[in-house]
Amino acid sequence: MSKIYTTMFWFSITLVVASVILVFVYGLNFGVDFKGGTIIELNFEKEMPTAGEVQDSLSSFSEISVSFVGSSSVVIRTTELTEDKHQETLAVLRGSFPNSSFREDRFDSVGPVIGNELKQKSATAIVLVLAAVIFYIAIVFRKLSRTLSPWVMGLAAIVALLHDVIIPLGVFAVLGHFYGIEISAVFVAAVLTILGYSVADTVVVFDRVRENVIRGGNVRQAVDFPGVVHKSILQTMTRSLNTTFTTLLSLFAIYFFGGESIRYFALALIIGIFLGAYSSIFVASPLLVWWSRNSH
Amino acid sequence: MFNGFVKNYYFIITLIIASLFLFVFVYPQGVNKIFEYLNIEISFPETPFRLGLDLLGGAHLVYEADLSEVGDLTAFDAMQGVRDVVERRVNFFGVSEPVVQVVGTNRLIVELAGISDVNQAIKMIGETPFLEFKEEKDDTRIILEAQSQGERLAEEPFLQTGLNGRHLKRAQLVFDPSTGVPQVSLQLTEEGAKLFADITKRNIGKMVAIYLDGTPISAPIVQSEIPDGSAVISGKFTPQEAKLLATRLNSGALPVPISLISQQTVGASLGKESLEKSLTAGVYGLLAVALFMILFYRLPGVVSVFALIVYVLIVLSVYKIVPVTLTLAGIAGFILSLGMAVDANVLIFARTREELKAGKTLTQSMDEGFSRAWLSVRDSHVTTLIGAFMLYVFTTSIVKGFALTLGIGVLVSLFTATIVTRKVLHLFAKPSFENKKWLF
Repeated sequence: MSKIYTTMFWFSITLVVASVILVFVYGLNFGVDFKGGTIIELNFEKEMPTAGEVQDSLSSFSEISVSFVGSSSVVIRTTELTEDKHQETLAVLRGSFPNSSFREDRFDSVGPVIGNELKQKSATAIVLVLAAVIFYIAIVFRKLSRTLSPWVMGLAAIVALLHDVIIPLGVFAVLGHFYGIEISAVFVAAVLTILGYSVADTVVVFDRVRENVIRGGNVRQAVDFPGVVHKSILQTMTRSLNTTFTTLLSLFAIYFFGGESIRYFALALIIGIFLGAYSSIFVASPLLVWWSRNSH
Repeated sequence: MFNGFVKNYYFIITLIIASLFLFVFVYPQGVNKIFEYLNIEISFPETPFRLGLDLLGGAHLVYEADLSEVGDLTAFDAMQGVRDVVERRVNFFGVSEPVVQVVGTNRLIVELAGISDVNQAIKMIGETPFLEFKEEKDDTRIILEAQSQGERLAEEPFLQTGLNGRHLKRAQLVFDPSTGVPQVSLQLTEEGAKLFADITKRNIGKMVAIYLDGTPISAPIVQSEIPDGSAVISGKFTPQEAKLLATRLNSGALPVPISLISQQTVGASLGKESLEKSLTAGVYGLLAVALFMILFYRLPGVVSVFALIVYVLIVLSVYKIVPVTLTLAGIAGFILSLGMAVDANVLIFARTREELKAGKTLTQSMDEGFSRAWLSVRDSHVTTLIGAFMLYVFTTSIVKGFALTLGIGVLVSLFTATIVTRKVLHLFAKPSFENKKWLF
């Protein structure tokens, strides 16, 4: 096994550890759909007020934060508002800025119950996907069981997958802390897609390993298992790069042209899918070799 | 060999014709414009895609019902009653295809697409259902006669009696013991019974109309005075109709307060902007992927772009047929699936190239490429499908849209990337192409 695997493997581990620390230190900046609360987005047609002016005009409301999106949109975040309170807020704003007409582009008010449910459902979905995937891999690779336990393959794939999910979380902890970027419900979709993609990519490499082991005729002994894995990685490299590249092309199109609301969803996917291809080579495969060595 | 060749041609011709049909189905506006320009007098029906609230603009409301005082009615029946009432109220707004559904035991989801005054809608939905009993006035029958002809519609044919939902204990589906005909029995409160006795006494032989939220739902004729507060509405009901009426009456009478626990509203202009942007993203994504495939894989690349176009047409048609409600996340799922759709082709072509390098003939390399890559293609598609399936089952509506488009994409790509690409590519697997291997 060439040395680059060891280096990159530890590099990845460092990134994962750093991400975990970042998530713990900064926390994840959950959006209103997770933690409950209200978001109001206003689009000013003329005479845009400053954030301070908006803030002052709403000083009678508790816990209000005001920020800007693009050149003409104001985003107001606050605690959960009832419909009456919502109308009151709009009336206050209309009264405070009589010269600048605005329209309401978005109003989300989510109760804490719904937010908690979403968290719970997301967690369930993620755990179930993990379980289903490890099970599927074990079934698909059962023929290799004399060289290597299929469960080890499943486990290696899972470790790679955790790697692919934890690092984007670390990135979003930083983005959330410094730029106020929130984790919304679609982020869960991104995470689950990364899970699927990461496993798919690992499976392609492992498939090749299986083929090479079976073809080598040495199912019983697998003399040079690290060599076989290395060969399989090289053979699948072009494919991995090309697939990742085409998928990233689509995602960059979403990132640049898809608009504000799904930009960060695309970003999470870009990071995760890049890592998905990377981790099959530098996380899952070294683990496979390492575990096979220890079990012999 | 020759036979297989001919079959391939048939398959491809069928595929091209089918694709043309699909194109007309997916984008009839464009075809109609071209026909108009060419002065051809054929126009195709323009079935639109079904767009989600975030693209159309609209409101997604979640209500919670307080079921602590349902009495002896089951929670299920009470919720059905609430749903009926809300549905009827929502229909007033003239919103196209409003969604009103019960979720779980005590939740009600209301989706109003393209609505302009959400505040008004919320006010109307939130009112407690209102049941009224009304009696005939002097010219009731004349007005009803006129109204059935479409005249004097603004006039109110009945008089209020002061008897309303407050006085109804419960309504129930019963069957006439002698004839077995389904009926709806009403139990009134003490106060209601007194009122009802008076009303029936002075209206024998006349109609007493029952109104729910201002709409007449039944107008039985009083046979005799009813002093004990129990009435029977008989008519030409089927058991289902009688049960529905009973449910409606119960919901009109029942104090099932509902409260708004979540509201998500998107302005129509923001929705339109999002739609335009995501379409732009889709077009650029498709172009970028197509360009890359052609540059990198040459002839097979061109074939895979053809397969990709077939893929897009099939997927978009499926969206229209099912119909899939397209949300922003759903379109993102579709664009993402473009990248994944070529994945299978990339796997196959990469494998074919390897075999070519190993010195095999074109036909052999292609067959090997397809058969060897198949396992990887299958496994990677299945794992993505697992993810999409879990997403669909365990998450909320925003994410569901994404899961659905991704799932449909994966299934369709399994077909186009293997069968379509394979059949087309096999056209080139003949001796005259053996010395043009650079094309591959």
